Amino acid sequence: MQNRIARILLIIFFIALLATPLIIKRLNARNETTRSSANPAIALSRYGFNFEESSKSAGINFTHQAPTFDGKLDHIMPQVAVVGAAVSVVDFDRDGWNDFYITNSGEGSKNALFRNQGNGNFKDVAGDVGLADLNNRDIGVSMGAVWGDYDNDGYEDLFLYRWGRPELFHNDGGKKFTSATENAGLPPWVNAGTAIWFDYDRDGKLDLFIGGYYSEKVNLWQLADTKMMPESFEYANNGGRKYLYRNLGDGKFEEVGEKLGLRSNRWAFAAVAADLRGTGYPDLFIANDYGVSELFFNDGGRRFREAGGETGVGYSPKSGMNASIGDVLNRGHFAIYVSNISEEGILLQGNNLWVPREGTSGDGIKFDNLARDLGIELGKWSFGAQFGDLNNDGHLDLYLVNGYISADRHRSYWYDFSKVAGGNRTIISDAKNWPPMDGRSLAGYQQKRVWINDGAGKFNDVAQAVGVTDVYDGRSVALADFGNRGVLDAVTANQRGPALYYRNTINPLNKWIAFELEGATSNRSAIGAQVRVFWNGQSQVQEVSGGSGFCAQNQRRLHFGLGRQAQVEKVEIRWPSGKIQTLTGPELNKVHRLKEVA
Amino acid sequence: MTPEVSTPSTVPDAPAASFTNALKRFFSFENRFLAPMLITIILLVGQLTFGFLESYWKTGLAIAVAMLIELALGRLFFGKFPHLASAYISGISVGILVRSPAIWPYALCSAISITSKYVLRVKGRHIWNPSNFGICAMLFLAPFTVASLSIQWGNTIWPMLIVWTLGSIIIYRLNRFHICLTYVVSFIIFAAVRGFITGHPFLAEVAPITGPMYQLFVFFMITDPRTTVNSKRGQVIVAFCVALMEMILRLNETVHAPYYALFIVGPTANLIEMWWKSRH
Repeated sequence: MQNRIARILLIIFFIALLATPLIIKRLNARNETTRSSANPAIALSRYGFNFEESSKSAGINFTHQAPTFDGKLDHIMPQVAVVGAAVSVVDFDRDGWNDFYITNSGEGSKNALFRNQGNGNFKDVAGDVGLADLNNRDIGVSMGAVWGDYDNDGYEDLFLYRWGRPELFHNDGGKKFTSATENAGLPPWVNAGTAIWFDYDRDGKLDLFIGGYYSEKVNLWQLADTKMMPESFEYANNGGRKYLYRNLGDGKFEEVGEKLGLRSNRWAFAAVAADLRGTGYPDLFIANDYGVSELFFNDGGRRFREAGGETGVGYSPKSGMNASIGDVLNRGHFAIYVSNISEEGILLQGNNLWVPREGTSGDGIKFDNLARDLGIELGKWSFGAQFGDLNNDGHLDLYLVNGYISADRHRSYWYDFSKVAGGNRTIISDAKNWPPMDGRSLAGYQQKRVWINDGAGKFNDVAQAVGVTDVYDGRSVALADFGNRGVLDAVTANQRGPALYYRNTINPLNKWIAFELEGATSNRSAIGAQVRVFWNGQSQVQEVSGGSGFCAQNQRRLHFGLGRQAQVEKVEIRWPSGKIQTLTGPELNKVHRLKEVA
Repeated sequence: MTPEVSTPSTVPDAPAASFTNALKRFFSFENRFLAPMLITIILLVGQLTFGFLESYWKTGLAIAVAMLIELALGRLFFGKFPHLASAYISGISVGILVRSPAIWPYALCSAISITSKYVLRVKGRHIWNPSNFGICAMLFLAPFTVASLSIQWGNTIWPMLIVWTLGSIIIYRLNRFHICLTYVVSFIIFAAVRGFITGHPFLAEVAPITGPMYQLFVFFMITDPRTTVNSKRGQVIVAFCVALMEMILRLNETVHAPYYALFIVGPTANLIEMWWKSRH
């Protein structure tokens, strides 16, 4: 009898075990439902902001086209021609309004430079200024662009990277752009996945990092053979090389990457530079596809030292596709967000948020992945992401775009993809071994993520509730205050899809403060300058960036939300030169334009 | 899905006369620590060379839960604390094969695996390989947070060689190499058949078995003595049927085809064997 009761109890226990996942799923679904009803008024009162997709009304009419490579890749073309939609924000004509540049990738397609008219409308002026017709098979097609004033003349210049020939454009007074490539000494061909401006040696001149994706030996329009795919899905070392171009002045650059220790042939997809250790020199973080991320410590501008393993970010290889930084906990330290792939039941890499461990700093800094704890781990097939305070409540939120290939909704390529991805290198690295895609989707039609930071260590996805409802194959996202309203809007670039402009409306009770910096001894773009705002017993640090996210660049201006009862005690600006400037009791709800004292 | 080495009925009395004898005894069916040691080595090789674990904690948790539940249920239903080798292997298999960003699936999968041994019994014998059952249950019931090891072991030849070498030694000593051979040959033949049907390259169809994960499956899962049939001919037929079922599932684009194939074929074969024995 006793045995029988024990057996019944055991069966009940077993059923309870089997039921546990279903219960957890139901509880999760209940939480999601409460955040999914899209109503602007409710979103505004509940979350403090609401997005409205306004590209049409703002005059933004742009659709990305993908390239067509060598016919040997026809069967998997969507998988190879999978990136190239990129967006970077700039005030190219110095009229005080943020403009943005968006790249195209089809042969013969045109890039666009949307000039902000200051009245809520944008106009594509790329053709007028010489930045439109830049994609063809002889020189390659655009993958992204980053802005930086490399000659310190006050106007932001443009570096355009391609799967092809990289190109540097000089900004001639905000009216015209002329190619400065020949004089610059850039490489003839790079299949670049990322590029950023930063002043690694703090000499006051912006230097340039370029991260290769496919090997630079590969011309995707004229393949010698089909063995150009990654040799492994997570341990590949047959990607492109890394370049660091030191700015010599006079428009000339010298490649010093190899010499200074930037030796890697991983498949770079994103990079961000920031002073992570408080040394004053920007360190370099690279998110690699098909492998681990790399963190290069910058030792005084004299050499770079790979520290991924010792800091903890270089383990557990995934499919890195984003690198953005943010002081998400208002602790005065940058966390690094890396996006990866998460597909239910198939591949759950999870995104990473590398947060500096308490008590570690300098060379001994260690990072822990807190993405799961903070609730920003699962973003489907994730690409670009940016931190920004979307509701001005004083905490950095996170906007993520995703989706890989949206084709036939009812037929998936996942099975065939996973079949080959697990194979030996001789199989996976040869494109001819990959089954044909035949119009099938792979992680397509995915809902974006807009995670709001509750300030207590949790992020909640409110994308659907606040109006971000598109399901395009998002690649690149940039945040900027396009209306000079003290509000961060969002622009997203979608592969084979339209550019979207999400205009943000926020609860006006929340205060903000913003800073536009101009270097003197430092590089004029002030890339690398840190601003630390102290208010209401807390602080937040931000750094001017020469590129972050996935093939993206946010506005140069640093924007801080402050919440309702804000009293800013002081603001500390650390220029790239090392000079410190302090403001006490600055005016709120204002953009402060500051020049470095030479 | 774990190689649960049967409890030895006798232990050799004679002391080791030489190093060779000691080695032979070490690599013998009687050494119930052999399989746990081998799978531990595989885990360490994978982690130290590739860093393939998300964290030691998750794997540790899977092992701890498996052993604790084994102790509790063994004591409750059989009146004694069982040997923990089998639970250790189940736990470590879960720790390697389950991929989840969450922690709870590791504990739950181990709990389901071990408990299934005590619940799903026919004539005093459990018919599912415990971790095969646990992993299939998780993949089926919790796909929102669980996947299985697929690509995270790298694609180079070294992990394959290590698993092949270690696996071959133990499987040969356990007299079960014919199961592996049958499965591998069947898989390759069926890969060609799949390629013919789908029009996909043969190498694409063969690709899965070249990954290190499959070597674990071949050497340590389909050979589990407790949940395979007894006769050598029967074992060969079952291995062939697992490959056949896998082909059917693969033609239906089932990502986790090998797990599900073993889940279906393994207990079916055991039940047929029991029925056959009861009639004869």
